Amino acid sequence: MADIIKTATRDAYGKALVELGDKMEKLVVFDADLAAATKTGMFKKAHPDKFIDCGIAEGNMMGVAAGMASAGYTVFASSFAMFAAGRAFEQVRNTICYPHLNVKIGATHAGISVGEDGASHQCCEDIALMRSIPGMTILNPADDVEARLAVLAAAEMDGPVYMRFGRLAVPRVFDENYKFEIGKGVYLTEGTDVTIVATGLMVERALAAAELLKAEGISAAVINMATIKPLDKEILLDAANKTGCIVTAEEHNIIGGLGSAVAEALAEIKPVPVLRVGVEDVFGKSGPALELLEIFGLNAANIVAKAKAAIVLK
Amino acid sequence: MDTAERKQLKLIACNVRKGIIEGTFNAKSGHPGGSLSIAELLTYLYFKEMKVDPANPKCEKRDRFVLSKGHAAPALYAVLAERGFFPVEDLKTLRKSDSYLQGHPNMNYVPGVDMSTGSLGQGVSTAVGMALAAQRSGDNFRVFTILGDGEIQEGQVWEAAMFAAAKKLSNLCVIVDNNNLQIDGTVEEVNSPYPIPEKFAAFGFNVIEIDGNCYCDIEKAFEAFNACNDKPTAIIAKTVKGKGVSFMENQVSWHGSAPNADQYAQAMAELDAAKTEIENA
Repeated sequence: MADIIKTATRDAYGKALVELGDKMEKLVVFDADLAAATKTGMFKKAHPDKFIDCGIAEGNMMGVAAGMASAGYTVFASSFAMFAAGRAFEQVRNTICYPHLNVKIGATHAGISVGEDGASHQCCEDIALMRSIPGMTILNPADDVEARLAVLAAAEMDGPVYMRFGRLAVPRVFDENYKFEIGKGVYLTEGTDVTIVATGLMVERALAAAELLKAEGISAAVINMATIKPLDKEILLDAANKTGCIVTAEEHNIIGGLGSAVAEALAEIKPVPVLRVGVEDVFGKSGPALELLEIFGLNAANIVAKAKAAIVLK
Repeated sequence: MDTAERKQLKLIACNVRKGIIEGTFNAKSGHPGGSLSIAELLTYLYFKEMKVDPANPKCEKRDRFVLSKGHAAPALYAVLAERGFFPVEDLKTLRKSDSYLQGHPNMNYVPGVDMSTGSLGQGVSTAVGMALAAQRSGDNFRVFTILGDGEIQEGQVWEAAMFAAAKKLSNLCVIVDNNNLQIDGTVEEVNSPYPIPEKFAAFGFNVIEIDGNCYCDIEKAFEAFNACNDKPTAIIAKTVKGKGVSFMENQVSWHGSAPNADQYAQAMAELDAAKTEIENA
């Protein structure tokens, strides 16, 4: 068996920015003293004239980004999810989204897979925060292939985008033929008994769960939902019609994230059982990322258990 | 600036003040005090200093203005209307549900508004971003922003100041409307920002202190800003909150309340009298 390629989505972010820097003239990349970690450092090295370090002042960085965007620039503003969505929430809300400016927020180190740094840096609330702002687009890619495509698509579209990337190297899910479109969910496997709607690093775990379920005679579809807003309601309706129950899987608080978004959507168009796999409204803690994912139930085993429970509720 | 020009600007400031009273009276809410205090500053900016074109409000090379103290929107709207960006008549629609004149400025609704503001401390960062864009693009426009003296209690103002000086944004002019009053009292009583000039100087600014209701001072301040090419400028403008309407002057209660019908009539009469006096001077 060939070795599985493992890359952190933050690395793909850095590389995609370098690619954009080659072709976009009015592009600038901002960071808040985390260039080495967010991987904008790659861009800084390749395009020093288009990189600006704003220092440890995320609120100001978002405002400066808005000002530059108002003058015709596309600005990628980067920090950890905790500070980009958390610290700078109101700047993002009032100064970027209310005027609908062309600022793309590259938020890395999202979720508990930050690992050893612990709860203060493990942001599991960012999707909830960003999702509540009118006009915000939220992209949460599953692997490096999708992360690259998401960054390129974000640069193409008009308006604010929140892109969520991870610190942990994750297995590649997609091949080079993968087509990414903002606002579209994608079936990765078809199934008849239950649909697992997953996002980010949970996509690969959802695929593993589907294999485990298959071994037990349960047919599970898996949808990759890389765009959390605007949410692809069509594919959800299709999944609800076909399988009659849903399990969501995300590296985020079960409150306010993908699970909430899917449940809200289906409650209005096709009420079916929706069970959520995610961080269950607790803070994270220090530890190796892979261990933490197990400890917090962000694994195939928990998805399997929730899938079986969802089927019972049908 | 010769006498005739100064006279003209004084008359415009009276009209701006009338627009502020008209808007807040009809809205039955809004912030007249801190709008009246900056009438001369805005009038000078839009009629003498800034390169703007009401016929082409989005011109890429125009100078920019950011009202960081966005609650003074009635003043910005009044000066924009006077300058011809939209009809003066529309000032009466301020804050109405079918109006484009929101309680705080929205850049996508109002011709001439360069940035949506209202949440204190944030506008100044956007002004810094615009100045940076001008520096990088070679468009070389200038960016002016007015902050409240209470607003500079927001930490983000100092994040922006540190960044602007570090990037040597000499095309950025930060103006502090130092009328000494904020909602809960005098700025000293609430949380003193004093000494203001020393703070901006320490952050690396070219600092100018003026009487912000005096055109001679304002002219000199902008001359000093234009002459400085290695650092951003901060103009600390001492002003009178409620300036031009006797019963509103230096009264904190007029920060965020609108005149009733009697007060409206008195304010308009005072401003008309002021205009007559200027015309006859």
